[in-house]
This record gives sequence, structure tokens and C-alpha cells, in this order.
Amino acid sequence: MIPKTSVSVLFAGDSGDGMQLTGTQFANTVAVRGSELNTFPNFPSEIRAPAGTISGVSGFQLQFGSKPVYTPGARFDVMIAMNSAALKANLKDLHRGGIIIASTEGFDEKNLKLAGYPEGANPLEDGSLSNYIVFPVPVLQLTREALKDSGLSMKEIDRCKNMFVLGLLYWLYNLPFEGTVEMLEEKFSKNPAIAQANIRTVKAGYYFGDETEIFANIGRFDIAPQKQHGLYRRVTGNEACAIALTAAAKKAGLELFLGSYPITPATEILQTLARMKKWGVKTFQAEDEIAGIVSSIGAAFGGALAATNTSGPGLALKTEALGLAVIMEIPLVIINVQRGGPSTGLPTKPEQSDLFIALYGRHGDAPLPVIAASSPVDCFYTTYEAARLALEHMTPVICLSDGYLALSSEPWKVITEESLADINPKIQPARKPDDPPYLPYKRDEQHVRSWAIPGTPGLEHRLGGLEKQHETGNVSHDPDNHELMTRLRAEKIEMIAETIPLQTIDNGPESGDLLVLGWGSSYGAIKTAIENAHEEGHTSVAHAHLRYLNPFPKNLGQILGNYKKVLIPENNNGQLIHIIRDKFLIEPVGFSKVKGLPFNEMEILDKIIDVIKELA
Amino acid sequence: MSDTEILATSGATLTSKDFASDQEPKWCPGCGDHAVLQQIKNTLPDLGIPRENFVFISGIGCSSRLPYYVSAYGVHGIHGRALPMATGLKTARPELCVWVATGDGDALSIGGNHFIHTLRRNPDLNVVLFNNEIYGLTKGQYSPTTKLGLKTVTSPSGVIDHPFNTASLTIGSGGSFFARAFDRDGKFLRGVLTRAAKHKGLSLVEIYQNCPIFNNSAFEAFASSENRPEVTIYLEQGKPLVFGKDGRKGIMLDGFRPIVVDIEKKGLSTSDLWIHDEADIHKASILARFVDDDAEVDEKLPCPLGILFANEKVTYEDALTSQIQAAQSKGAGTFEELLVGDNSYIIK
Repeated sequence: MIPKTSVSVLFAGDSGDGMQLTGTQFANTVAVRGSELNTFPNFPSEIRAPAGTISGVSGFQLQFGSKPVYTPGARFDVMIAMNSAALKANLKDLHRGGIIIASTEGFDEKNLKLAGYPEGANPLEDGSLSNYIVFPVPVLQLTREALKDSGLSMKEIDRCKNMFVLGLLYWLYNLPFEGTVEMLEEKFSKNPAIAQANIRTVKAGYYFGDETEIFANIGRFDIAPQKQHGLYRRVTGNEACAIALTAAAKKAGLELFLGSYPITPATEILQTLARMKKWGVKTFQAEDEIAGIVSSIGAAFGGALAATNTSGPGLALKTEALGLAVIMEIPLVIINVQRGGPSTGLPTKPEQSDLFIALYGRHGDAPLPVIAASSPVDCFYTTYEAARLALEHMTPVICLSDGYLALSSEPWKVITEESLADINPKIQPARKPDDPPYLPYKRDEQHVRSWAIPGTPGLEHRLGGLEKQHETGNVSHDPDNHELMTRLRAEKIEMIAETIPLQTIDNGPESGDLLVLGWGSSYGAIKTAIENAHEEGHTSVAHAHLRYLNPFPKNLGQILGNYKKVLIPENNNGQLIHIIRDKFLIEPVGFSKVKGLPFNEMEILDKIIDVIKELA
Repeated sequence: MSDTEILATSGATLTSKDFASDQEPKWCPGCGDHAVLQQIKNTLPDLGIPRENFVFISGIGCSSRLPYYVSAYGVHGIHGRALPMATGLKTARPELCVWVATGDGDALSIGGNHFIHTLRRNPDLNVVLFNNEIYGLTKGQYSPTTKLGLKTVTSPSGVIDHPFNTASLTIGSGGSFFARAFDRDGKFLRGVLTRAAKHKGLSLVEIYQNCPIFNNSAFEAFASSENRPEVTIYLEQGKPLVFGKDGRKGIMLDGFRPIVVDIEKKGLSTSDLWIHDEADIHKASILARFVDDDAEVDEKLPCPLGILFANEKVTYEDALTSQIQAAQSKGAGTFEELLVGDNSYIIK
């Protein structure tokens, strides 16, 4: 058994080959064993793109290790290629010397042609893969052999082939298959024949590893478990958002309402919350994005913790209603799971290009807090914080995630209720006969007005989109009042900077040559790149990662001044860099990646080294 | 009295004055909205609901200013979106009595999608649709209910868009209640509003409301008490469809086709006529079409006023509440269960 500290694996096949399920099962198994883990599914937006073609390739990448892993791996060490298109689409990201396990039936004449290989060329046979270690395995034939007396149809038998590959990988990485057996028994509890066939195939794959001689040269690997003892769960970013909203509502003593319209890659938040009725969660699948947010505004007026979730095109549709929430000064959480844009763009691919619309995408002067999550687990903490800010500061808050965080997963040590910050909504108590009239827009020292909830005697009042008179909330067209209210609304948001944590340095010196300033899902790639830079002797490089994008932490300007240069990597064409330049009058170095793919650590490390060289 | 003065006790006997806010209505003199507001304020005290449990939601347009003038909770929202806002509120707080004030532009044009979907979901809302067949607040453009041919600032050669039939649209969308009244008959309007409020489910009340500035002739035929009985029919549950001066005329069904008959001339008795059954969706669908009749004066079907259709079905919020209750039948989820989840694992 060869010990290793980490490995990155890609399961790639046709979108009908069950690669997402296979990858998820493998991830579950390594997580339960106690490995550090990061996963990243990558699939086309079509449910079944043409079989066998490059556009139909679906992939599930994961990295697991006995040391912390923050990304799915810049390149993979092992690739499962169920067909020739899967190999062709992904080969460039396989490490030199990496392992390819190829299902030979996917490399027949038909598949090779569909993948666009020239006639007569077969990469498994023509020596073009000599830089890699290739294991051609007749997966389909071995699956059929294993199930020949199962009584299932050929179609049903063939659908089990992904389980053969899973079993083989378990053998290669010395992992137990029992967890998968349990899962299959449960998943197909109504169809025991199918369950047994899948289980037999997993085992057949495992024992094939044992019996065959083909792996003799490389042997088996072992990645020692690393996690501390305790109770864990694995969450995707979208699941974490859903759990956080429910947790925040419970902590605040409120009911949760989600008004939403399905949109990739945000839909799982609605789906997860729709299953949370046991916690009293109310979800409303609206007729469109506008009704999604407006129903939430109605629920927020009614005293619920109200939220809506969406992705870019949906956020664009919600902008008018966001302005209403700003002028009504009611609590509302908007989770925007970013995807490649503009327009329909790349629905299943991540991007960080909605920062501008989140910050500025409303008519009129309509500032609101914007915060961003940096990892799947951080989606929980950031969403929870969005709810806290909304409820305590009476404002809509945009919480940014993206398609990468939404669908990626990582292990999360189960937390307790007590570890969560208190949430204290400013609910106005019922008015007693001698109390003065209720003033809906009377503000506290934080400029926060109170929340008067329908059903409370004596607080009857009217809100709306027309400009409000200071304190009384009556309709007012007075010029001085409009200027005052515009200023008060802006100051209210700016004052949040007084209450949020100061910006910290994630890794590296407090001052020095270079600060890499990131936000959102690039956290893992930057963190790993900085670790690598330090290992390579570039010790004067630091990393700061922003959760609060509006307002910024009040010490951010000071931190930026502590370094000779600031590098801002973004999965967009340069948005945060504009804001930093505008706010702090510095000239950072931008680094854009707009490929519908998250950053990897190698790209960022290369850029860091380039910038350092220029500084020298 | 206004809401700046607190009511002595929650649930005290209320009068219409208790529902007047301290804001002066800013509608034009002679606008039908004044009369509708008054009848809403007259209706509310009869419902036996504490004032703090009333909420008025509106969109944009002249009539959507209504929440400012009612001393209750209210939101004057954005154009076309009153219904989803009210749905969200009612879903979160089923015990509140939620009213929606909207217009023909707000509900049927910019808010058309919300209109049909809210009707099919059937939350228990009281929706008052002020139909003046014109855009008033933007000064006189045609609306989705403006009659064909009308010359307006955006249709100088006459409107060429066929108008919506509000009643047919409501019934076709799965609405559970449709009634029609008009602004000048206050007593009748109040009765209709009371029935609408008591209907469990979405009640849609279309009010023909005169805009004296931009569309003063729209409901001319209804204006004089002389002419009104000739062009309208007041529907009463279980009663024959009779109208005209001295109840001369009636409606009979010839197959599926409604026809106007002269009761005396034909020697008919009222039992020969169409008997109104508001729960009958087939009859309601025919009644809804009366306003599209283009027959000559004596044979022209009258405009039905009152409750065309009322048939309760489960409300959105009740259906959701029972799903939540079912999910909680073995106890509500705890905070700990939420944080642990159902796929947790122990690393020893």
C-alpha cells in the first residue's frame, strides 16, 4: 500500500452514465472514513445532450486527503473515462504521469467518431497517451458477466456499469464498499433485483482490482484519515444556504418564508427548504422571479424571516422589487447563486460576475449590504449572517454564492445552536393607550427603524414605494425630505461597518510585498496558492478574503496600504478591482478568469510569481 | 378618529370612521374611487375583525393609493405586483384579513401573469379591481379593458386591441368568486363587498368605476337611474333573471344560448326563466359573456351585477398549513435535528 497525502479524481462520462451519482458515492465513502474532501460537479445544461459527444460529457471531480484540501484540485491525478469524449474533453487537465482508467467499450468506432477523433485513431492504442499510465478495462463486458444470471434486461444490466468503476476505485484507494451497499439497498428498496445487481457490480469491480494483474506496477494507495473525531455531515453550498435560513429563523424566533422561482444553479435551495416543513418552513414556488421576491416582501411585512433565491437573470428581474424593499426598510435575504452571464449565459457554470448588479443594480440611490460566501460550508455562515444583518438593520441583504459553491460539497463538523450568534429583530411592541402615535420611520442610533407587524394593536401604518416623510412615513414629495431620506438610507448601510468584524489576514504577513485580495468561491484556490508560494520561499505574500462587500470592513483601507501591491483575482472581467480603486484610490493588479470554471491554485500561484517578479 | 388615536380595546365595536386614516384622499373630484373607499370603510366594521388584523395591499395606479386612506396596516407596492405581495403575506399570516386594491392596468396588464396564477392558487384574499377602462395616473392611455375603437392619447385612431373580459378571465383561471358592482350604487356595492369578504378563498370584485377626467363616458349607460334597469341585471341567488323597467324582461336559455324575452308578451312565468345559481360554473361562464353581447338594443343582454360565481375550494394557505401539520404530526423539527441533518456520520 502506497501512502499519499492527497489525490484528485475525475469521474467523467456521458451525461447518462451516472457519473454524478458515482462521484457522490465515492465522496461519501471518503468523507465517512474521515478524509478532508472537496468536490466539484461539472455538467452540461442539457439534461441529455447528444450521447457520446463532447458536449454531453458530465464530470464529477473531487480531491481528498490526509491534509486540509480547499479545492477539487488544479489537475487530477486519476481520470475515469467512460467514453472517448470524456477523455478528449478532460485530458488537458490530467497531471503528466496521471492514471487513466478507460472503459474500452466507450472507445469503439462509433464513440471515437462521436468524440471527433480522426478515422482509425484510437488513443488507447496509438501511443498518444504515453505520458500517462493507462488501464483499459472492458467495464461493460465485466458488468454483463457479473450480472449474466441476474434476470435483468440487457438495458438494466448495462446501467449498472458505473458501479463497476466505483468498486474498482474503492479497491485502488483501499476504501470500504459497505456504505455504498447500504445506500443501494435503501435507494432501490422497492426494487430489490436492481439493488442486488448494483451491489454485485460494485463488488465485482472491487474484486476485479484484487484479481487482475494490471495494477501490479502501481499498487494500491492509502490516504490516511485526517479529520478530528466527532460528528460530521457533508453539505453542498445550496444545502448550507437552506439550513442557514431555517436556523436563522429559529434563532430569531420567527417563521421562515421563501418565495422563489426555479433557476439553475440556485434551485436546490428551494427544493431543500420545501422538504423542511417539519421545521415549519413555508416555501412558495411563484409564477415568476418577480412574484418570488414580492411574495417575500409581503411575508416580511407580515413578520416572517423572508428570503428569495435566484441566479443572475432572476436577480435582474427582481431589481425593481429590491428598490421597494430598500425604501420600505424591511428585512429580506436575497441569495444570488451566480452563473456565467450575461443573459442565459452559462447556466450550469460558475462565475463571479454579479457583483456590480448586486451593489448597483437598482434605480435611484438604493444601497444595501452585500456579502459573499467563500466555501460550501461558509454558505451556511454567510447566509446566516445575511439574515442577521437583514433582521437587525431592517434592510434587504444580498448574499452571493455561485454555481461552484452551490453544487460543491465538503465535510462540516456539526455545530450547536449555542455557537450561533443571537439575532435580535427590532420588533415594535403593541401600543398602549397613553403611548405617543407610532412613527414607522423613527430611527435608532444605527438609523434602524422598527418592525411593526400586522396584528399588533395600535401600530397600524402604511408603507410603500413613494418617498416617505422622515419619521411619520407619510407620502412626501418635499425636496429637502427626499434628500434627507436618501442620506439616512445610505448612512444606515454605511453604519453597518461599525458592527461587523474587522478584516483579517487569512494567511501570510500583516504587511509585505503582495496582498492577494479575494472574495467568494476563489477562497480555496487562493489559499492553496499562498501556501504553495510560501513553500516556494515567497514569504512576503498574504491573503485576505472579503465576506463583506458592502459595506467593507472599516480597516480594509489600512490593510491594503500595508502591502506594496494588491492582486485581485476574480471570475469576471474585473469588478471588485473597480470598486477597490474607486474607494481607496489605489492601483491593484487585476487577474480575470472568465471561462465558466473556478480558479485553480496553479493559475493563481503563477500570477503571484509574475507580480512578485515585477516588484523585484 | 384615525390610527394616531389608539382604539380602547382590541376588538371593540368599530365604525367606518375608525377606518379613516389621517391622510386626505388625493383623487380628483368626482372620481369613483371616493365612493368605493367609503363603501370599503362601511363594510369593514361589519366583519367583526379587530382593526389591527386588516391589511390593504395595492400596486400602482390611482386606485392603488387606497391603502393610504384606510386606517389599517397597508403596503402601496409596485406596479402589477399587489397579488404576489398579498399571497406572501397571507401565506405567512393566514389569520390576517388581507385586501387588495388594484386597477385594470395594474391587475390585467403589467400584473396579468400574477392575476391568473393567484386566482388558480386561491389564497383567501379580497381583491377589489377598480375598472375604469383607462390609465388614469399616466393621463389617459388605453388599458386592457378599454373598448375597441376608443380614441385615447396612445390610440389616436382608435383602440385595436380586443379588451379582456374580466369575469371570463377570472373563471377561466380557476377563480372561486367573481362579483361585479359599480361605483354609484353604494348600498349594492357594500353588500357585494361584504359577501366577498366572507367568501373563503380569493374573491374578485370588479367595480365599474368612472374616471371623470380621462374616460367619462365609459359607463354612461349605467349613470341614469332611468336607463340602468334596461342595461343591467341584478343577480340574486335562486331568483329568476329578470330586468328592465317593471321587470318586463327576462333571460331564458335556448340550449347554451341566453336570450332576452319579454315576459308579458310571451306569456311566460318567472319559473320559465333562468334561475340564478352562483355555484354553477357553466352558467357563470355564460353570464360572464353577457357583456360581450353586441345584439340590438331590445335583444341585448344586460350587464350582470352582483355575484356571478361563488364556489369555495381549498385555499392556498390552508393547504400549505395542513401539509406542515402533517409533517409535524410526530413533533416539530428541533434545532439540533436541523443542524445534525439526516446524513451525518461519526469519525471515531
